[in-house]
Amino acid sequence: MSDTQETEGKQRNVKRFMFLNRKAPYGTIYALESLEVVLIGAAFDQDVSLVFVDDGVYQLKKGQQSKGIGQKNFSPTYRALEDYDVEKLYVERESLEARGLTAEDLLVPARVLGAAELGALMEAQDVVLSF
Amino acid sequence: MTAAVAVKDKEVPVDEEGYLVNLADWNEDVANAMAADDSIVLTDNHWEVINFLREYYAEYQVAPAIRVLTKAIGKKLGPEKGNSKYLYELFPYGPAKQACRYAGLPKPTGCI
Repeated sequence: MSDTQETEGKQRNVKRFMFLNRKAPYGTIYALESLEVVLIGAAFDQDVSLVFVDDGVYQLKKGQQSKGIGQKNFSPTYRALEDYDVEKLYVERESLEARGLTAEDLLVPARVLGAAELGALMEAQDVVLSF
Repeated sequence: MTAAVAVKDKEVPVDEEGYLVNLADWNEDVANAMAADDSIVLTDNHWEVINFLREYYAEYQVAPAIRVLTKAIGKKLGPEKGNSKYLYELFPYGPAKQACRYAGLPKPTGCI
């Protein structure tokens, strides 16, 4: 059964896309643009994963208050990813630790992986888009 | 900025595709006026979808794509309403796009 599904997957030309998020949520447009591309791309039924490393881990930090800088707080939108069938979220352990954060600080469930494991995951992708 | 929707004795600004410029301008009269411009009278069935979209936006800060809307409506209101045919009958210009416009939301992210 799984063999059949795998074959069908290849026939439908499903590619593995990784969206690599490296920047803090505000101050640049990268985080929001990445999120929008993911939501738009979800219509194409590809194999999508999101990775948060470096300051990118702040994108998933709970309790954002963006009012003071006059920006819409878009962090609730990460909770909608599930509705778009985007369920593979990964956060780099080293980046979390360097910023004194743990998985408890994140607003959506995400797997915490070490840099080496993430490297292997990245190796297995067809496309890696860096934001 | 030239476009506007006439709502009672007021003009409410909209963008070139008819979406509200200021989301805070929305009220039920705005939705009724937009629908009237499309020769549509909003029924309870329309309002069910419009109100659902407003709640979705309030929670997630994003207007759902059509596929997501269909699935979520099905979950909330039952399979006889969670299908494209039903939603297209209510909103012939494309359920996500048209209903979001009436609901005073931005154009859905992921509308292609």
